[in-house]
Amino acid sequence: MVETILNLIVQGVLIGGLYALFALGLSLSLGVMRFVNIAHGDMIVLFSFVLLSLTGVLGWSPFLVALILLPVAFGLGWLLQRFLLQRTVGKGILPILLVTFGLSIIIQNGLLEAYGPNTRKLSGGAIELAALRLGPIDVGVYPLLVFLLAVALIAGLDAFLYRTAIGARIRAVADDPAAADLIGLTSARIYPVAMGVVGITMLVAASCMSVWTNFDPSIGPSRLLAAFEAVVLGGLGSLWGTLIGGVIIGVAQNFGSQIDASWQILAQHLVFLVALVFRPQGLFARS
Amino acid sequence: MTPLLSVEKLNVFYDAFQAVHDVDLTVGEGEIVSIIGANGAGKSSFLKALVRQAGRVTGSARLDGCDLAALSTREIVAKGIALVPEGRKLFPTLTIFENLRIGQELGRKGDIGFEQVYEWFPVLRERRDSRARELSGGQQQMVALGRALLANPRLLLCDEISLGLAPRVVNELYAIIPQVRERGVAVVVVEQDISRSLAVADRFVCFLEGEVSLSGRPADADRDTIMQHYFGGAH
Repeated sequence: MVETILNLIVQGVLIGGLYALFALGLSLSLGVMRFVNIAHGDMIVLFSFVLLSLTGVLGWSPFLVALILLPVAFGLGWLLQRFLLQRTVGKGILPILLVTFGLSIIIQNGLLEAYGPNTRKLSGGAIELAALRLGPIDVGVYPLLVFLLAVALIAGLDAFLYRTAIGARIRAVADDPAAADLIGLTSARIYPVAMGVVGITMLVAASCMSVWTNFDPSIGPSRLLAAFEAVVLGGLGSLWGTLIGGVIIGVAQNFGSQIDASWQILAQHLVFLVALVFRPQGLFARS
Repeated sequence: MTPLLSVEKLNVFYDAFQAVHDVDLTVGEGEIVSIIGANGAGKSSFLKALVRQAGRVTGSARLDGCDLAALSTREIVAKGIALVPEGRKLFPTLTIFENLRIGQELGRKGDIGFEQVYEWFPVLRERRDSRARELSGGQQQMVALGRALLANPRLLLCDEISLGLAPRVVNELYAIIPQVRERGVAVVVVEQDISRSLAVADRFVCFLEGEVSLSGRPADADRDTIMQHYFGGAH
């Protein structure tokens, strides 16, 4: 019994690493830049399909392709913010919701047209099947590496945001875009950099997800929901909180699935709602 | 000699409303000019127009002969105009040090550094790691002034820096302005507090409903005349 519970917790924590990766970019855009990107999940799925195509053509590992594509992901995030999303900054919540909702629909339908509705998965090689015996529990090497990657990425992003000059500029513009403009700190120059970083996190999440689990053009919104819950659970503005939020979701799903398969997602949402009731600001909100 | 700032026929519009009407103004190197006027007289709009943060602007504004209309706010700050905005406009979740550093990064290279700002406002050194939102109003105003000074401006624009502050704190802030001028920095002070503003200025300009209603040297204008042009009824 104890062994089963321990196993559920450990596996849930490791899945939480994947959820944290989904949520990291959203944590930056929602928690720090203070805007909601409805297309967040779809953009991760889009990157997954890009990886699918390129690994198919090149025959390389998806991780190697993702590594090479990191500058492209930064550039796409930069371009998206500079030429589309930036037009909505300072105009309230509705324009950004509408624009990214539209983007979500375009991505989903574009992928459906290009790739069809079938589910896909990328092969990560032998690492997918490798396991470690930790006491009474078997731990997959790949989930463990994904979790460690999430921790490393969060540590790097946290240092970027809170220990560098450009990070301070991003937080300044997020605090008050109009005040920033008034002193010459132009939001139109700062936000694209932040969105470029979000693009990188999306690509990393896409590469990990597409090897871990199946994906198809329609799963973006469910990924967005999990990411959104992880961010809110952890507390807006706290990247480490996002990791904890992801872990809570992962553990809740695992325990829920023990009751019934249909309870897996339900347990996730129930934990989210309970946490909202008792701590609406999230567990580790920075402000 | 060419003035540092030369403004001719400047108008500021917010849609159909005209906030500033045909204002002419020059400011020399190291000169302190006070702009006084009642609430809504167009003073803040005038300052914002100089850094291209007002509505639609017509007319001409030049810094050392350089047309400001051709520059972005960022370029104007880099050229040497720094604004201390009304309401301070700090970044509340950033530390004092981070707020100040942003001013330094955006501005010009010069001899006003952190040490100088900390010498002027010692409390900022003590509280350098506190977040801006944790400070008192007076301390926040010191950060706003320090942020602008770290940009090493040639022209410092101060918009209502005494607003809502205790007289003792206002004295501390205004004591800095002559010291800033000694470094060759020109200062434009916008205030509703007439006596405070005139005490520090070489020249003054009074705005009434967006127009210049009176200008001159503080010593040459009696209080009644100023009050008439401040509130209207002098024409």
